[in-house]
Amino acid sequence: MIDLDNISYSYGGGELFSDVSVRLTAGSFHFLTGPSGSGKTTFLKLCYGALLPTAGRLRVFDMDVPALDRDGVALMRRRVGVVHQDCRFLDHIPVADNVALPLMVSGMNLSQEQSNLAELLTWVGLSDRAGALPPELSGGERQRAALARAVVMSPDLILADEPTGNVDWDMSQRLLRLLVELNRMGKTVLIATHDLQLIRAAKAQVQARVLRISNRRLQLAGADL
Amino acid sequence: MLAQMRDILRGDAPSDRVVPPAGFTAQLTLFASGAMAFLAVFALALSLAAGRIADRWSEELARSATLRISAPAEQMALQTDAALRILRQTPGVAEARALTREEKAALLAPWFGSDLPIDTLPIPQLIEVIETADGYDARGLRLRLGAEVPGAVLDDHGRWRRPLVEAAESLRRLGLVSILLIAGAMAAMITLAASAALAANAQVIEVLRLVGARDSFIASAFIRRFTLRALLGATVGTVLGVAGVALLPDASEAGGFLTGLGFRGAGWLWPLVIPPMAAGVALLATGYAARRMLRGLT
Ligand SMILES: Nc1ncnc2c1ncn2[C@@H]1O[C@H](COP(=O)(O)OP(=O)(O)O)[C@@H](O)[C@H]1O
Ligand SMILES: [Mg+2]
Repeated sequence: MIDLDNISYSYGGGELFSDVSVRLTAGSFHFLTGPSGSGKTTFLKLCYGALLPTAGRLRVFDMDVPALDRDGVALMRRRVGVVHQDCRFLDHIPVADNVALPLMVSGMNLSQEQSNLAELLTWVGLSDRAGALPPELSGGERQRAALARAVVMSPDLILADEPTGNVDWDMSQRLLRLLVELNRMGKTVLIATHDLQLIRAAKAQVQARVLRISNRRLQLAGADL
Repeated sequence: MLAQMRDILRGDAPSDRVVPPAGFTAQLTLFASGAMAFLAVFALALSLAAGRIADRWSEELARSATLRISAPAEQMALQTDAALRILRQTPGVAEARALTREEKAALLAPWFGSDLPIDTLPIPQLIEVIETADGYDARGLRLRLGAEVPGAVLDDHGRWRRPLVEAAESLRRLGLVSILLIAGAMAAMITLAASAALAANAQVIEVLRLVGARDSFIASAFIRRFTLRALLGATVGTVLGVAGVALLPDASEAGGFLTGLGFRGAGWLWPLVIPPMAAGVALLATGYAARRMLRGLT
């Protein structure tokens, strides 16, 4: 599903990580952890083609991501559900339209998707907030809306960047259950988080591997987590 | 581009719903294309009128000169033959032909009636001279004629118009260049307005890219808006410009060139080209601005 081979990423300010090799198989559940600024967001951006690795080979869905042209990147993103760290909504259209945005930009017929959309909003518990504008949402509601948007295209791969960033413990448990449920439906899940408690809670529910970025290297964390 | 135009006119593209209204920059486009279309109408009228004048005058030039031979009756045939011989040897003369008896009668008929006994009157012989594009050396020709055909007078009254024809032709070219400059200025203005709109929506565009929008989807929202605004503005500007031209005083002999500045006949159809051209310019300019902006995003 995701295949990194000796990936390095550096920018003007220096090298973030180097020689990263890891393979995420279809249907697996992974956490990506590490201190703030270690490059978790950057790692996810590499996976959905928002950044290019400075060296190494990177394949997603067996596609050579750095070699994709602009339309190729767009089509690849339709198959990857991303929960962005800061959610990234369009503030001028309602929550329901934001959730449906990936359908709109890929030219799908929205009227045929209405029942699916309603079901999805109910699943994340936002059916009564469908008409609200994103700035009116609470932190937990934003994260759930972002998750709904990430899965609206039924992607096989879900990348979530600090999905429990601005929410209380109960809400983070609720979001985790949604992600675990998606994994049980066969989807590959990768969650970047620095919240170790969340990881421990997840391990009780699902077979999860933990990757840790430290000292510019990616390692598989031990059973201590 | 035609297919793109058709999509634009069909309306309600999904991309239209996700990009906020362009507001101020769109109003600017409306105004700029209106003003430019208005100016283009005048440049077009100028160009067409100058073209008409150049064509008419150069036609008269081409008909060119007449050689008139006044001689005693017994010498007439001799001098005419001599003049024709000289003319045919002169470089720059395409054709020289003595008018026939019937032609002369036809020329005089308006004044003296058709039953004039032409053979008994001392009427000068006329030779029609048609020159080549390069023209002949009138001074040299006069000298030779003076020496060999004493009764010949070369009347090349059309010649003084040559500089006028040239002026009219430059005026036509100036009109066409003005239209091109107007189109270029409009393209520049719309590129600026579209770039401003794109920059104002940078966040929206970034989000659209993140959820899998192709560049063409994003660009189409902007292209649609600016093309429609340009079409509308240019239509209004063209209508006003044409009305302005229509209100110019009618062409009259006294007014000369200035009053001839309108459209004539099928020429009134030419301004119809302006609104679609403006729309085409807007489409290309906005597309260019969008491609430039999107290149900077992943
Ligand atoms: N292209 C870049 N230009 C400047 N700074 C960058 C770039 N990419 C990453 N960084 C920096 O690298 C660090 C890692 O960022 P990030 O991937 O967001 O880490 P994390 O998500 O683990 O907190 C940050 O300090 C960020 O500012
Ligand atoms: Mg981060």
